[in-house]
Amino acid sequence: MICAIAGRELRSLFLSPLAWSILAVVQLIFAYMYLAQIDLFIQLQPRLPMLAGAPGMTEIIAVPLLGNAAMVLLLVVPLITMRLISDERRNQTLSLLFAAPISMTSIVVGKFLGVMTFLLLMLLMILMMPLALLLGGTLDFGMLAAASLGLLLLLASFAALGLFMSSLTAQPTIAAVSTFGVLLLLWILDWAGNNAGSGASAGPGNDVLAYLSILRHYEALLKGVFNSADLIYYLLFITAFLVLTVRRLDAERTQH
Amino acid sequence: MSKDSLITVENLYRYYGELCAVHDLSFEVRRGEVLGFLGPNGAGKSTTMRIIGGSLAPSGGRVLINGIDILDQPILAKAELGYMPETPPLYRDLTVDEYLAYCARINRIARAQHWSAIDSAKERCGLTEVGRRLIANLSKGFQQRVGIAQAIIHSPAVVLLDEPTVGLDPIQIREIRTLIREVANEHSVVLSTHILPEVQSVCDRVQIINRGHLVLNETIGEMRAKLQATTLLVALRMVPSIAELESIHGVQSVEPLEDGRLRIAFDADRDPSDAIVEQAVANGWGLHELMPERMTLEQVFVDITCADTALPQDSKPNLNPGPDLNPAQAGEAA
Repeated sequence: MICAIAGRELRSLFLSPLAWSILAVVQLIFAYMYLAQIDLFIQLQPRLPMLAGAPGMTEIIAVPLLGNAAMVLLLVVPLITMRLISDERRNQTLSLLFAAPISMTSIVVGKFLGVMTFLLLMLLMILMMPLALLLGGTLDFGMLAAASLGLLLLLASFAALGLFMSSLTAQPTIAAVSTFGVLLLLWILDWAGNNAGSGASAGPGNDVLAYLSILRHYEALLKGVFNSADLIYYLLFITAFLVLTVRRLDAERTQH
Repeated sequence: MSKDSLITVENLYRYYGELCAVHDLSFEVRRGEVLGFLGPNGAGKSTTMRIIGGSLAPSGGRVLINGIDILDQPILAKAELGYMPETPPLYRDLTVDEYLAYCARINRIARAQHWSAIDSAKERCGLTEVGRRLIANLSKGFQQRVGIAQAIIHSPAVVLLDEPTVGLDPIQIREIRTLIREVANEHSVVLSTHILPEVQSVCDRVQIINRGHLVLNETIGEMRAKLQATTLLVALRMVPSIAELESIHGVQSVEPLEDGRLRIAFDADRDPSDAIVEQAVANGWGLHELMPERMTLEQVFVDITCADTALPQDSKPNLNPGPDLNPAQAGEAA
């Protein structure tokens, strides 16, 4: 049941030109970033052997690429998630799902998994670039795996939030804008924390804000630090918004 | 007709904020029955359909589908239910085959029976030729059929059709009605509509709902009997005594109207028109108008739904149907 919904979601993504153009544009931008990092590596390369514990290709090329990818995907994921529920509501196809013998949770999880499959595909396309470096060198796979896991969790959080925003409205654009707004806010919550860290008056409120920032947890994983607290933060974030979406759709039946 | 009821609605209430859309609605639909759910726009038809279909929760009361409460066990109850909302829930970017395959999957049809279910739904709805076409490119009539195919694909016990003929041309309307009759051979059907001939041609039983209240619940047979009870409107220049008129063979009662005309009620099988004309000529009453008053479903409908406060138990014939009904029908035929 969940697979059927996920499959249809993925299918209708690829039936519209949106998914294809997003994949193409995003891949082009990442390719440019990747080449810029390779350039940097080539410049640094003569000096690297002289340093003790010098950064390798993974640190100089792969990690910054994934770090920048998160910023670009912050802009892109809302465009993919915006139609998930709002479009169905606008076309009144939601009643097909409501009248079918499936639970609300299956509907929401199905839609989430549909988008996640698409995002996973996107992630694999990004990872193909650092993996191409294997042709002429070696990579720190542990670090790459941690960073990829971080990006995957980050994308899943984006998607869960986007799904929830899409369930609130019948207008895909409104869903996209509000998803983007909330994500950006969660991203820059970190700023308050950073300032507090450098300034003398570090209040506990700022620490909390910094801790809530979706970026802070990603940065740890990017450095190759796998802390279960970060993992739990993302899993909680994803679960919370999926549950909220289910609640929202249930509420649709009871009140207007 | 067996007596077991597939849909049982008990004391259903639904509020939208302050507005009470459905007020204390109770009825049953038996196996193999086509129930016509009739009412003007905004009467609460679609709300009731959506509640039975499980996409709207009632504010009070309960709905049993084949004995299963739709609120307690929604998944079991919905498996017995096929629902086509007012706007068919179609994914316009899929082909008919893809769409029906998706419907088959979300309706939990076993994988082995997938294609047989899809093929039989397509065949019954006349969609065999268009299986590979995009739904967006189909005509409205075919889209409506896809909507119905979606509702019957899992062979539910009950099929709910919410205004299935809206926006179709007369030929398509006829085809859809034939389809509904076919569907009714195997399923119980609840059909909501505001088009009266549809009810007369398709349904076994009629329910009229107005402002959330159930105001009439009769079989088509009872309805026909009611409609046959006819009266005559007679205008005479020289009005004789009432007793003189009542003595004419077949006349039951005579009622003088405000405009000087008389309403003469008679036994259904003994039309006294000829006798009245003969008497009028013989006695020089100066007969200048003689008109049979035949009740139509439309009049019953208008009488019931236009009555603001008191809901009439017996509907008096009304020769001036409200103007709000005719445009709707004209629009339907156009």
